[in-house]
Amino acid sequence: MTDRLLVLNPAAFNWGMITPVLPELILLAVGVVLVALDLFAPRQRQLLPWMTVLGVSAVLLMNLGMSVPPEAGIMLLNDGYTAFFCTLCLGSVILTALMREMYSEQMQAHHGEFYSLMVFSAVGMMVMIASVDLMTIFLGLELMALPLYVLIGMHKKEFRTSEAAAKYFLMGVFASALLLFGMSLLFGLSGSTNLAEIGTYIKSHSLASNPALVTALALLVAGLCFKVAVVPFHMWTPDVYEGAPTVLTAFMSAGPKAAGFAVFGRIMLTVFPELEPNWGPVLVMLAVLTMAVGNIVALVQNSLKRMLAYSAIAHAGYALLGIAAGTASGMAAAMSYLFIYLFMNMGAFAILIIFSRGQEEHESIHCCQGMAAKHPVLALCMLIFMFSLTGIPPTGGFTGKFYLFQSALAAGYTVPVIMAVLLSAVSAFFYLRIIRLMYMGAPEGQVTINSPTVGILVVLGVAVAGTILLGVAPGALFDWAQRAMLP
Amino acid sequence: MIPLHWYIGLASALFCIGVCGFLTRRNVIMMLLSAELMLNAVNLNLVAMSHYLESLRGHAFTFFVITVAAAEAAIGLGIAIALYQHRRSVHTDSFTDLKG
Repeated sequence: MTDRLLVLNPAAFNWGMITPVLPELILLAVGVVLVALDLFAPRQRQLLPWMTVLGVSAVLLMNLGMSVPPEAGIMLLNDGYTAFFCTLCLGSVILTALMREMYSEQMQAHHGEFYSLMVFSAVGMMVMIASVDLMTIFLGLELMALPLYVLIGMHKKEFRTSEAAAKYFLMGVFASALLLFGMSLLFGLSGSTNLAEIGTYIKSHSLASNPALVTALALLVAGLCFKVAVVPFHMWTPDVYEGAPTVLTAFMSAGPKAAGFAVFGRIMLTVFPELEPNWGPVLVMLAVLTMAVGNIVALVQNSLKRMLAYSAIAHAGYALLGIAAGTASGMAAAMSYLFIYLFMNMGAFAILIIFSRGQEEHESIHCCQGMAAKHPVLALCMLIFMFSLTGIPPTGGFTGKFYLFQSALAAGYTVPVIMAVLLSAVSAFFYLRIIRLMYMGAPEGQVTINSPTVGILVVLGVAVAGTILLGVAPGALFDWAQRAMLP
Repeated sequence: MIPLHWYIGLASALFCIGVCGFLTRRNVIMMLLSAELMLNAVNLNLVAMSHYLESLRGHAFTFFVITVAAAEAAIGLGIAIALYQHRRSVHTDSFTDLKG
């Protein structure tokens, strides 16, 4: 009886217990404050993006400075891996919040709840990145996805969004169910939900050829491939990315996808290292297929937004190649690549938001026709992002791909790397077509774009600086990723 | 006592029915129901295994799954209503705006 009452006594409660989840709790509080501010002070709405940026940056710094000694049986682990991916995901939230004002001005739609929902989604990402337990992985995944379903369908006036939301929702629920069934099989086999414990159990009982374990592996891989949009589980991606509001497309292809890769890597490398001969070649094949579908279908797209959606699929293939290598250096290369991709992708989407003027008919690749003559600086930025997405030095895209291919070669996948390089060459066609249109096309009539807001200019500056710096001096990033992979 | 295999067999059968329903049905509501069936198969699995392993983790996991399934149903039905307002149908065959 006294034991039970002790729980209710605040003095007896061990407050040190919540330190590991303090950043998540603070971010949650930021989200609640944003809801309240939007509700009770609608006049101060222009403050919302800046408050989001401020709150998320504070949590980001806190997360970087935190080091909690790992204990046995914990569900959230704050190691270097967590810090790396949290920086990536929270960075994507900050950049998206900065871009949002421009987009809502063009759309004439100001939804204050956009910021709070995005912050809640960020809490989910942080939980899933840090979790080393099947339960928290599932909870984080859903906490990330549920606000996204709402965010996609938010602009109800536009016809496409509800269709995109429905597609994303159905695919997301199906993928979670597959993932969960795999998790339940893993739990039944090992009697634990802790990733490291399951890994040791598989090793000590030499379960590697157990059919139930192979089924669990297949279900987990299928569910995770859905989440990070790998062929053949990519069908939803182009439609959802095209139908969603453009700012959200930029966010989804950077933040939630990176969080998905974080869980993917964590599960593969801690639970299934024994089964590497089973999943390594399969994932490499899927990676090459993903690059092929993404790059080849992007060739025939006339909508710039849809082209960037297919390019996002192709880039997921490159990152998957790093995980499929099955080594710590492969994972580190995939992490660095996702980081570089954040900058070049956000930059390209920022330009798309400025050029498309928020209207569907201006999302075609002809929206940037002849823009070099009128807006030389914006065109130069786009040139840098397109070069980087293709993988031309001296941009970040080149160094990222270089390290990825190097680690895949070291793992013995020679033919897939050759195919990946060839498919990169294919991608040059559609990325450079944009540049040709910008610099050599004649301007289409009298096109006036809205003057960019401060926020989107900051995003462009950060994206250009990141893309160039990581291309010229990538050492720091790769060192950081390597250190994050050390146990 | 009923052996564990029976529970796992029932859960797998339910899961397969859910997968088949999800892949063959063309109505958003029916697809949502099939997905819920899959989640319930998972719950059955977890509870049965938890009982036989004499561990509470599976029970705790089941509570989380039920909670998340409820939140998912709420959002899914909201999206279905938004769809219906636009095109007077919740059939996936009417999804024709996004293609290519």
